[in-house]
Amino acid sequence: MELNTDLIFRFITQIFTYFVLLILIAILIFLVMGSLPAIKAFGLHFIVSTDWNPISKQFGGLPTIVGTLTTSIIALLIGVPISFGIALFLTELSPTWLKHPLRIAMELLAGIPSIIYGMWGLFVFAPAFGSHVQPWLSQHLGKLPILGVFFQGPPLGIGVLTAGIILSIMIIPFMAAVMRDVFAIVPDMLKESAYALGATTWDVERSIVLPYAKIGVMGSIMLGLGRAFGETMAVAFVVGNTHILSASLLMPGNTIASALANEFTEANGELYSASLIELGLVLFLITSALLFFSKLLLKKLAKYEAK
Amino acid sequence: MLSRHTERCFINSITLSLATFAMALSLFILGLILSVLLKEGLAGIHLSLFTRITQAPGTPGGLLNAMMGSLLMTGFAVLMGTPIALLAGTYLAEYGNNSHLAVATRFMNDVLLSAPSIVLGLFIYQLYVVNVHHFSAWAGSFALALIVIPVVVRTTENMFRLVPDTLREAVAALGTPKWKIITYVILRVSRTGILTGILLATARISGETAPLLFTALNNQFWSVHMNQAMASMPVVIFQYAMSPYDDWHQLAWSGALLITFWVLLLNIIVRVVFNQKPPLH
Repeated sequence: MELNTDLIFRFITQIFTYFVLLILIAILIFLVMGSLPAIKAFGLHFIVSTDWNPISKQFGGLPTIVGTLTTSIIALLIGVPISFGIALFLTELSPTWLKHPLRIAMELLAGIPSIIYGMWGLFVFAPAFGSHVQPWLSQHLGKLPILGVFFQGPPLGIGVLTAGIILSIMIIPFMAAVMRDVFAIVPDMLKESAYALGATTWDVERSIVLPYAKIGVMGSIMLGLGRAFGETMAVAFVVGNTHILSASLLMPGNTIASALANEFTEANGELYSASLIELGLVLFLITSALLFFSKLLLKKLAKYEAK
Repeated sequence: MLSRHTERCFINSITLSLATFAMALSLFILGLILSVLLKEGLAGIHLSLFTRITQAPGTPGGLLNAMMGSLLMTGFAVLMGTPIALLAGTYLAEYGNNSHLAVATRFMNDVLLSAPSIVLGLFIYQLYVVNVHHFSAWAGSFALALIVIPVVVRTTENMFRLVPDTLREAVAALGTPKWKIITYVILRVSRTGILTGILLATARISGETAPLLFTALNNQFWSVHMNQAMASMPVVIFQYAMSPYDDWHQLAWSGALLITFWVLLLNIIVRVVFNQKPPLH
């Protein structure tokens, strides 16, 4: 009797484990099914085409894919050094009594809903950025020979660069938290040995901590990149939502997630919806692949730690 | 010429100053966002915010229907997601160990945890909305439940694993069957941790906009029918903030203040009442 209850209980938990596993497989199947019309109509050309014309039913994903990559790379360029600085401060510099409040502050920053970042970006950051920083950028950097092309254009406030900056603020708390954790596992013995040889804090950080935590830092960057790719609302507010591909970072652009948020409910016609779903599929595949690699890296780190 | 030592000390002080600056900058931005939110949001906090429903621009309105919608959809999402996740987490911690099913599910759970929320909305649209031919609050709840599940699966497994094996062996030595060990002993020992996970998942879905956009859509009228389109706080805030009307902007700021307050309150409850450190993921 009791044995049977045991078997039934185990069976029920197993069923729900399969259910969780199935969710992910179902997501993949339904996204592929939903995007079939677009895959049939455009094939691989979809990924390299810049057309986006609901009237003539021509759709291409290049502007949104490029936009997703550009905003995320900007977010990393700004976010990684700052996260590194925060992790360095928290592990090596902060007085003990300050560590706890600072941790709470970073959790607050991570906990604020993304729509709040979007509103703040649209109503507060973008106007200030457009009237104070962007004119300077296009005046001074816009004239540079090769780099200049990225900084030309009118100071609109919104645009690809603004979206990248807002994204960087959103991913910093996550990257900083992971970096702090991997810095914390560096054995004190190693650090103290270096200090005993006369190394400065920075010497220890650069020559002991970073090489030791290298893999973990890369994992944290991939984690941040994954979040930046998938972030929707904050970007939808400030990116400008246009499918016209522009070299300048000051011009409006688009990302996959933001295009979905703005256009999906208004998409009429099977091909339009299917094209948007295909973009969603591309996004899902990219973020899953990133997660896979960051897991792989962090697992490698755990192995080192065990040794 | 600087000696090698002076040079190293110089570089050291510069990099450490930069690190301190990075910390200060992020605190400054946090303060900036919260102060703007308080300043703009408080201006619109009146009783009518909680007693009136959303109106056309120009007509004084509130956010009552959006609050009710968020409450219903978040509530049902947690009610649907938690049992599934609890059972799956139990399997992973107590039975699965390193079996193929457990390893695959753990990985898929992590993928689900990191999946962009808008993709989850897209999935529910394809799975449910397309087949029933209308937007509904149920669809919104399903999409939100997909965010709850991976969070609770992970906390359940982690919390169960914290329970020492000696406790399991002690109870088993009394002749207790395994299902009783799990439900009567292990679940009770780790309920604080699991409750923490559920509260954090609630906090996370309270601010989620993207999965609701094409599942629950929006509804400018009062509705508590789960089978119809329903307003929610984040979607109304998005719609109002993107509109050109000043009174709608004001409502959006006040709504934004309310959900931020709610999300932070949940985090504080977790921290103070349960004395747990919320994991960042």
